[in-house]
Amino acid sequence: MYEWIAQQPFLAALIALVMLGAVFGALLGFASEKFKVEGNSVVEDINAILPQTQCGQCGYPGCRPYAEAIAEGEAINRCPPGGEAGIAQLADLLDVEPIPLDEAHGEEAALPSVAFIHEEDCIGCTKCIQACPVDAILGAAKQMHTVITSECTGCDLCVDPCPVDCIEMVSEELTLASWHWDLPSRDDSATIIATDRIATDRDAA
Amino acid sequence: MRKIWDFHGGIHPPENKHQSLTQPIRRAGIPAELVLPLNQHIGAPAEPIVEIGQKVLKGECVARPAGFISVPVHAPTSGTVTAVEERQVAHPSGLATECIVITSDLEDRWVEHAGIPDWTSADKATLLACIRDAGIAGMGGAGFPTAVKLGVNPRGGSIDTLVLNGTECEPYITADHVLMRERAEEVVAGTRILQKLVEPKETLLGVEDNKPDAIEALRRACEGTDMDVVVFPTKYPSGGEKQLIEILTGRQVPSGGLPADIGVVCQNMGTAVAVYRAVVHGEPLISRITTVTGEAVAQPGNFDVLLGTPMSFLLELSGFSADRLQRLVMGGPMMGFTIPDAAVPVVKTTNCILAPTEKELPPPPPAQPCIRCGLCAEACPASLLPQQLYWFSRGKEYEKLEAHNLFDCIECGACSYACPSNIPLVQYYRASKAEVTQLKRDQAKSEHSKTRFEARQERLQREAEEKEAQRRARKEAAEARARQAAEAGSAEQDPIQAAIERAQAKKAAAQEGEETPQRPAVAQLDPAQLAIERAKAARAVSADQSPAEKARANLERLQERLAKSEAKLTASREQGAEATIIDALEAAIEKLRPKLEVAQQEVDALGDEAQPKPAPAAEEKDAAQLAIERAQAARAATADQSPGEKAQANLERLRQRLAKSEAKLAASREEGADDSIIDALEAAIEKLRPKLEAAQREVEELKAGQEA
Amino acid sequence: MALMRVTSPHAHGPLSTARVMQTVLLACIPGVAALTWFFGYGTLVNIAWACLVGLASEAIALKLRRRPMGMYLKDYSALVTATLLAIAMPAYAPWWLILVGVSFSIIIAKHLYGGLGYNPFNPAMVGYVVLLISFPVEMTSWAAPRGVNAIEVPGLLDAVKLCFVPGSVDAVTMATPLDLLKQNKTLAVDALWQQNPQFGRWAGVGWEWASLGFLAGGLWMLYRRIYTWHAPVAMLASLTLMAALFDDGGAARSTGSPLFHLLSGGTMFGAFFIITDPVSSAVSNLGRLVFGALIGVLVFLIRSFGNYPDAVAFAVLIMNFAAPFIDYYTQPRTYGHRQGGTASRKGAP
Repeated sequence: MYEWIAQQPFLAALIALVMLGAVFGALLGFASEKFKVEGNSVVEDINAILPQTQCGQCGYPGCRPYAEAIAEGEAINRCPPGGEAGIAQLADLLDVEPIPLDEAHGEEAALPSVAFIHEEDCIGCTKCIQACPVDAILGAAKQMHTVITSECTGCDLCVDPCPVDCIEMVSEELTLASWHWDLPSRDDSATIIATDRIATDRDAA
Repeated sequence: MRKIWDFHGGIHPPENKHQSLTQPIRRAGIPAELVLPLNQHIGAPAEPIVEIGQKVLKGECVARPAGFISVPVHAPTSGTVTAVEERQVAHPSGLATECIVITSDLEDRWVEHAGIPDWTSADKATLLACIRDAGIAGMGGAGFPTAVKLGVNPRGGSIDTLVLNGTECEPYITADHVLMRERAEEVVAGTRILQKLVEPKETLLGVEDNKPDAIEALRRACEGTDMDVVVFPTKYPSGGEKQLIEILTGRQVPSGGLPADIGVVCQNMGTAVAVYRAVVHGEPLISRITTVTGEAVAQPGNFDVLLGTPMSFLLELSGFSADRLQRLVMGGPMMGFTIPDAAVPVVKTTNCILAPTEKELPPPPPAQPCIRCGLCAEACPASLLPQQLYWFSRGKEYEKLEAHNLFDCIECGACSYACPSNIPLVQYYRASKAEVTQLKRDQAKSEHSKTRFEARQERLQREAEEKEAQRRARKEAAEARARQAAEAGSAEQDPIQAAIERAQAKKAAAQEGEETPQRPAVAQLDPAQLAIERAKAARAVSADQSPAEKARANLERLQERLAKSEAKLTASREQGAEATIIDALEAAIEKLRPKLEVAQQEVDALGDEAQPKPAPAAEEKDAAQLAIERAQAARAATADQSPGEKAQANLERLRQRLAKSEAKLAASREEGADDSIIDALEAAIEKLRPKLEAAQREVEELKAGQEA
Repeated sequence: MALMRVTSPHAHGPLSTARVMQTVLLACIPGVAALTWFFGYGTLVNIAWACLVGLASEAIALKLRRRPMGMYLKDYSALVTATLLAIAMPAYAPWWLILVGVSFSIIIAKHLYGGLGYNPFNPAMVGYVVLLISFPVEMTSWAAPRGVNAIEVPGLLDAVKLCFVPGSVDAVTMATPLDLLKQNKTLAVDALWQQNPQFGRWAGVGWEWASLGFLAGGLWMLYRRIYTWHAPVAMLASLTLMAALFDDGGAARSTGSPLFHLLSGGTMFGAFFIITDPVSSAVSNLGRLVFGALIGVLVFLIRSFGNYPDAVAFAVLIMNFAAPFIDYYTQPRTYGHRQGGTASRKGAP
């Protein structure tokens, strides 16, 4: 046998390659079965990062549809409630460069806000109740409505449907308990990095 | 001599304590006005129980605790409550918070009070209640309610060690020092009460070796008791609760746990005195010892000061020169915070007011790059890696921050002190901690919102399915009825039976709907849902219609409804249905009529002018939808109008609304409609009037402005 | 009255980056004095010229990076890098050699990585290695020490001339003891010692005293708490241990006695001035022990079995690579955490 192989180097090489191919193919096949990823976990991961305000500012009807769209290649900068932090997390997850928020879809709010119904003006039309994606508005037809503040995501979807404009978005107030020190400012000349400086120069020009 | 332990790190900043130690404790006296913040402690702010103008006596409770982790507030002297309002308080943010303001009458009359002279035989609950009612919160700086701390049940077994913290390791502060020096007996008496509450095996009074006179006084007072005065070398921050416990017992409080978890309870010396006064004399916590020091005051010293006294009052007493001041610090130079204004009041946690000159504590120089020298790690009493935390904070790498135990940082400032590059490390950690906490809250909230959103989606789908099923059932029933009617000719019972069945089915559906937990609407019955569906469909159809077309469609729909209702009514009458059903149908028809008229007018108006008209007082869904559309169109139309024109248009609109509402009211009255409807209409009109007036005024003002 | 609003702590310790750097420069004095005594003014001229180049490079880099020049130039870090590199180079190195080395150190090894505090490698050692690989002849031409074979060292003027007009003055160069030991294939150590007068008492005329000088400077810095003892002690200990393990008592191909290794070449200088560079070393005390110990082992291995006679620069650079890795596995136990317990490793690199 060995002698035969030694005499037929070409065939020997061929056999060896075929055998190697078979072994590795089997290994890969086994691995793909064994370590199969269940479901579309990327969408789940993206959805976990999105703020779940369901506000639709991204142009999709809710956070999950946007998560699916991102998984399909949609831009990651269309979520104003998530803000720069959200974009950074998405960029990290998807291993792409973070890009600035697309202002066309709204701006990042400095403070979170919640809807507030001016109850004396409310006519009880239930339109806001139907608009609310998280059922945070309480009320019945011809009864005054009110917002359950703790459930409100601040998506402002209820503001437009109100026929009497009695819903207002109210920013959360800064209290002694919620106040905190900010990170030391990085724009002092000592720590500014060159690219920033060039950018500011350009802005100034 | 007891064995003592050492903790990792620490620094030796200049002590600067001698300046304020030259004099005995002085009484600060009574200021004209006292400001009592309702939140001088950790936990829920107290709730005021006094009214403006009310006379209060010294020691009278003016705010009661709101919740378990909360303490009451007492009037520090007699006088009148002149305000309950937001005032600036001692907080680095400079924000204002709710305060009770008392103008003193300088009589300093006590409320009737009595302690528990026989406290040794009183039970624990009585003593704890007494401490709680006296408003005592930890006086070392954090301000945790003392009764809660003493009442806590240790997770693992009992408390074996009671630690009294007389360390006062921060530079400049001498409040506890003079307290121990001059009131050692009260400290010991208070400690005995604490011993009774905690029942420890041993009681340790920990004092740094830089206070020999205080140690001497304490040792004398402790003679004959089972308390140990333990002296250990001076090092900052040995007064931190965790560090002190390690020094005295060699045990470390587990991360995220309480000292009680390792059988230790730690109390401040000042707290012990407050407990003594509360229990033995019945005096609530209305004063404390506060150090006033720094080079901007001429006579630094310690004051026995009423809570609520403005800090400027104390500074005056110490011969303070405002021009030399560049910052005012509450607390020491290591952990104290700058306060925005000298007028803020002294609170339960104010152990020191530091008024340094610029030379004494120069403003922080610009931060230089971190050179990873590791001096911060050398200094850190929690054995953290401050420079790593700094890098992660800058990079906002929150996961890594947590992995490097950011939350074990006690913010003592030793790292910043040691840093040769002047990096404000503590500020980075504070900001990052807040950020991480916020992030976690946001994540929890977003998770919660997701659940609710998904539950809602599910519910909507289920409701749609149910409706579909009902529709089919109704259709089948109608067919069956028609068949029966055709076959039997007269089947009087059946329609009523069917109606009852339908009503029951609806009720069941409604109940089912209500049982779903996420359902917020109190009683969203199917008709409403149906109406919405219809409205939605109509909206979808009419989305690209002109207002006139929409109005016409609306009119047709209303006519259809009226016709249907009338047909039903006739049918019911013929079949001899119950009087209530007939009445209801009649009422419905009555209601439809005016709407129909309105719609008719609408169509006419639109047909003439092809212009949107102002909204009628919208009540029913379809009308409301129309109103929105009209309002939006109007808004779009007014977008390029001048302010004057807008105001004018607004006025017109309001006038029309009022006229319409009044017409409606008159109609309702004539028809003898429900009182509730009339009331609602009246209320709406009342509401409209001031708006109208305001609009009128605006128009006039604008006109006047133009003329001018 | 506008009161200042700043975060605590309000007090600050006496130490500043500039003070740390100044202390390092002062601590160089004993070693440099010994070098100057034994080898003439070459080292001083090297240092002066290197400092000039260093400051100029720093200024150019800052200018290009648009950083505030005054503040950064005043932190003395460029001077420290330049001085350390100049000390590591042979005395009387030609001016262009220093120009290339120092500017490479400052501009490429330091500023291209982000400036002070961001460089993963010790800038002086990067410059040194670049020169050693690019110009091996110049970098190994060591002047002969005073007193060996009755040689007199050049005066100050000659030293300047030697630096700036290479070849203008006759200078005697001589193999260093480490070179000799490396090239020796046949002789027993004693014989080698006797044949070559530059071996001196323990580790080479001049070298041993310069090493002792750097040791003194290092001890002074330890006393001033500029850095902790961990890295230097670990390095010296592991080097001693390795040398003792391989010491065969002076037979041919001997790797040298522990004392020889401690006092020759750049051992002391490296232990107290190079591996203690905080930026590029490990951060925790345990990490520094590991970092120093591994450098000691590498120095011995490269000296004894590598191609170059001295090895401190290579060892330091190799361990610079490993520093983040060491940091990762040597996090100290935080207060209130069990050893290796709750300090979870998740999220770490």
